[in-house]
Order: sequence, then structure tokens, then C-alpha cells
Amino acid sequence: MTDDPGLAIRGLTKSFGEIEAVAGVELDVPRGAVFGLLGPDGAGKSTLIRMLATVLVPDAGDAEIFGLSAAHSPDRLTPRIGYMSQRFSMYPDLSVAENLEFFARIRGVPKPRRRERAPELLESMGMAPFAKRQARLLSGGMKQKLMLASTLMHDPDLLLLDEPTTGVDPVSRREFWRILADIHAEGRTVLVATPYMDEAERCTHVGFMDAGRITHSGTPQELKDAIPGTLLEVIAPDPRAVLAALRDQPGISGAHLLGNTVRVLVARRLADEAPPPGSAVIPDTVRDLLPANAEIRPVEMDMESVFSHLAEEAAA
Amino acid sequence: MDVHDHPTTAERDPGAALFVRGLVKTFGSFTAVAGIDVDVPRGQVFGFLGPNGSGKTTTIRMLTGSIAPTAGEAFVLGEDVIRHPERVRARIGYMSQKFSLFEDLTVAENLRFYAQIHGLGRDEFAERRAWILHMAGLQGREDELARNLSVGWRQRLSLGTATIHSPELIFLDEPTSGVDPVARRQFWELLYELAEQGITLFVTTHYMDEATHCNRLAFVYGGKLIAQGTPTELRDSFGPGATLEDVFVGLEEQSRLRGDDR
Ligand SMILES: Nc1ncnc2c1ncn2[C@@H]1O[C@H](COP(=O)(O)OP(=O)(O)OP(=O)(O)O)[C@@H](O)[C@H]1O
Ligand SMILES: [Mg+2]
Repeated sequence: MTDDPGLAIRGLTKSFGEIEAVAGVELDVPRGAVFGLLGPDGAGKSTLIRMLATVLVPDAGDAEIFGLSAAHSPDRLTPRIGYMSQRFSMYPDLSVAENLEFFARIRGVPKPRRRERAPELLESMGMAPFAKRQARLLSGGMKQKLMLASTLMHDPDLLLLDEPTTGVDPVSRREFWRILADIHAEGRTVLVATPYMDEAERCTHVGFMDAGRITHSGTPQELKDAIPGTLLEVIAPDPRAVLAALRDQPGISGAHLLGNTVRVLVARRLADEAPPPGSAVIPDTVRDLLPANAEIRPVEMDMESVFSHLAEEAAA
Repeated sequence: MDVHDHPTTAERDPGAALFVRGLVKTFGSFTAVAGIDVDVPRGQVFGFLGPNGSGKTTTIRMLTGSIAPTAGEAFVLGEDVIRHPERVRARIGYMSQKFSLFEDLTVAENLRFYAQIHGLGRDEFAERRAWILHMAGLQGREDELARNLSVGWRQRLSLGTATIHSPELIFLDEPTSGVDPVARRQFWELLYELAEQGITLFVTTHYMDEATHCNRLAFVYGGKLIAQGTPTELRDSFGPGATLEDVFVGLEEQSRLRGDDR
């Protein structure tokens, strides 16, 4: 990461009627970052992204992107930004290939590049057999992949992606993140909103947004380190019963299922204490709530727990 | 498409939630669903997985009587959905990939609309409405416009409209796509509550941690059903330590290399 200015967002604000969707966002995103924008539904993520994409004019504040003001120089910025919105925005009666060609042409992607890039992207997303199909006849996830491919046709300095992998299958999702890794390696900047915590893990930086504000930001590791407590993994025959038993108990700040296991966030930071010799470091308060045959062990903090913790903190 | 000897209706369990044999749907020269057999006993949470475009939504649209199959047979709750789609529709719920809410109606109006479609009586509607508002945590928000609700609420209201007529089987097509992790978990708790009441759930999802919580899974590729089993069976078949994500990626790769595309 260099010291080049990436994004410097100051006091960015936007209201719709009574609702202040973005309420004075302060955020720095280093150039070359893959920045994951997290937060509960309705936090204001899409509105923030639309202002960065210069399609929405802020009520107050500004975002400097590569040294240019989004509020004052949108015309100079727009060509350097690739934006994928949450809504399907392709021509329904054009084919997949025609849509790619059309949008790349209006974005000024040279012809040889278009010819090379389109089949490459379709192939990597498993869409090659459907190049001639009209966009309106695609399945939900295929429409999403067409939008992704269209956004990736040009090589903008900043990619703004609003929940790009919604409805995208696991294989294509991996492929998409492989492509993002290439973009990252080329030094370009990505800001991606996502509800998938496994995707948040893959970002170089993340920010948590709630009620129009960025409440926390840093590397995924920094956010994990800031969570007070220890994450435990419980393996027991009936994980849902375990979950129910742990819910809202004192000393337990969260619990969720992960596959067949239950992950429990206990308020105490166990690592700071010397484990009593011969016994596990699991507090009796937790142990007593679990079936005798449950296996319990401390595990590394995960983004799912970080999200729950921050969402709960915000709601309180 | 390969031709199987499909078992006949003779061996059909009349109590099953779903009994499907050789279901096919073509659009022009393209075969979207290429002969699917599925059995779902009552009371199960059944996960229907597969890559984008593999035919999941098309299958659901046939099973809900929205479109007619090109070939095959399908019994839903013991009724022949091809001959009597209206009989089936009265007994099932369907939450489609796009939430089917009226944006400029309020929460209460959306519920009333669906109650009227299903011909609910006044008392029954009052009772179902109260239950749904409670279940979805929407009490006190009856007069809010659907469009002003955030995604998690819209999703729960959408489930409410799909269950207003007390269906015995609910089809949920990617009900949690684009929903934040906390709302997603709350939604699955609602699904379990429904399952505990004995309602059968037929769910598609691209989240493999959700798939883990289904009783049984089927995996489709290129319009064909290529693997089935409990989450544990499927994981075990991929070797020790395999996750369902590994299973999905592995099955997809096997099928692609084998040339199972249409
Ligand atoms: N009316 C139609 N005409 C032509 N092709 C269609 C039509 N409807 C669907 N298809 C095609 O049928 C295939 C299966 O689509 P379907 O929507 O069932 O997939 P899916 O498994 O639900 O995918 P996703 O996970 O993306 O939702 C796709 O290739 C789609 O483009
Ligand atoms: Mg679908």
C-alpha cells in the first residue's frame, strides 16, 4: 500500500425527506485497498456508494477521490470509476454479448480489448454458453453475473460494487473474488458492499456502517482484535438446542450456528488469563449450560461474530 | 437428455409433500429442466441447491403450478399439480426470488390483499394477521408502507404473505439473498418455527451454512439432479473434513468436466 491518496470522505451527508440516510460519514480508504463495506440492512451503504459514484449529489460534505472532489469535479472523476448498482441495469432485450459490447463501447473501451475481455469474463463466470441469450431470459444469478462482467469490462481506477454477489452461486463467487484479487494486484482500488462475512474476510480493509455513519473501520484483524471476549466453538449432537440454551445468558455476548457447530462469544477475554492447570479454559458459566458430551474449544474470532457484536452494539 | 425408466405413480406415497418423476421443461430448443425426480416427505426442510441457471426456479415454478411442464409428473401434497394447479395453490405458499410485495400498500394492506386472494374469512384473517405480525415482529408497524421497510422486514412480511392461508408446504426461492447476517439468522429461526409446526419447506439458497440446516439436500446441475442426501452424507462422501462448500464446488466441477451441461 502506498501513501497515494485513495478516498478521503469528510462529513458526507444525504437525506431523503425526514430520513438521514448518510449522516456525516468520515472515512479514509487507502489507494489499492479492497475495502469491504459492512452493516445492517438500511444502514445507508447504497446511498454512500451512489454519492461516491457521483450519481447522487450530497447535501453536505465531500469525498476526495484520487485528489478530485466528487462534489465539484464529478465530470473528471466519473471516467475513472466503475459502478455496479444493486438493481439490474442491463437491456432486457439485448443478448448477453450485446449488452457487454454496448456498455463497454460507451465507456470507451477500445475494440481489441472488448473482443478479448468479453469472452474471457463470460468463460470465467460459466456464462459462455449463454452469450446469445436475451438478458431478460437469464436466471436471477445469471443476471447478476452479467452485471458483474459488464462492470469488469473496463479497467477503472476505482471499482464501486454494491452487493455484487447477491444470488451468485458459490463457484462463481470464488471466481469473482479471484478476479478481484487480480484487480487488487494491479493496484486499483475496490470498495465493495457485502452481506457475506466470508467475503469480508478477504478484504484488505473493512468498515462497519450503521444508521448513516461509519462506526468502525480497519483491517479485518483490527476489527476482530477490538471485540472484547473470546470465541468458543461447541460441537454437540443438537446444535440448535445448544444455541437456545446459550441465548441471552449472562457472560455470553453472542452465539450463532456455523455449519454443525455453535460459535459462542463469551464476554471474558480468556487468552489474558493463565489457564488453570489440567482443566480447560472454559468458564463454568458456559460449561454448565451445555450438555455433558459437548466438545468446547477456543477458536479465532470470525467476521460473523464481529458483525453480530457491532450490530448489537449499534442497536443498544 | 438421457431417458430413464421412471418409477410409476403406483409406488407413490399419497402422504408425501412432493413426488416428482421425469419433470422436464424446455423453452424453444433449450432444456431448462431435463428430467428431475424428487421425493420430499412431509415435515422436512428440503434444500434445493445448484449453480446459477441450473433450473431451480424453473422447477419451483412448475411445482407451484405457475408454468406447465413439458413432460413428467408432479404430485404436490398428493394432488396432481399439472391437472389441478388450483387445488395445489390453495395449500402451498410461495416466496419468490423477488419479494412479491406491493410497495405502496401498507403492511396490513399487503396481508389483507393476500388473504382476499385466498378467500380467508374475517375471523380467520384476524387470527392469521395477528400471528404473522407477531412472528415477523411487525406489531406496531401495520400502517407503514412496504417500500419504507428495510430488507429484513420486507423479507419477513413476504414470508407472512406467503403463509397467510396456513399452507402445508412452502416454497422459498432464495429467501435470504442480500439480507444481512443477523437478519438472515433470525429468518432461519422463523423457518424452524414453521418446520416445528409440521410445515414442509422447500428452500433454495446459495449460502452453504444455511444448507447445513436442511434435513436433506438435492443438488442440480444443467437441469438434472446429480446428488442427494443429508448434509452429513454429502459431506462424508467428499472425505473427512469436507464442508458443504467443498461439496458444492466439487460436484460442480465433476459435472462440468463430465460435460453435463445441456
Ligand atoms: N422463459 C425462458 N426462456 C428461455 N430460457 C429460460 C426462460 N426461463 C428460464 N430460462 C433459462 O432456464 C435456465 C434455468 O433458469 P432458472 O431460473 O430455473 O435457474 P436457477 O437455478 O433458478 O438459477 P439462479 O440460481 O441463478 O436463480 C437458465 O439458463 C435460464 O436462462
Ligand atoms: Mg433461481
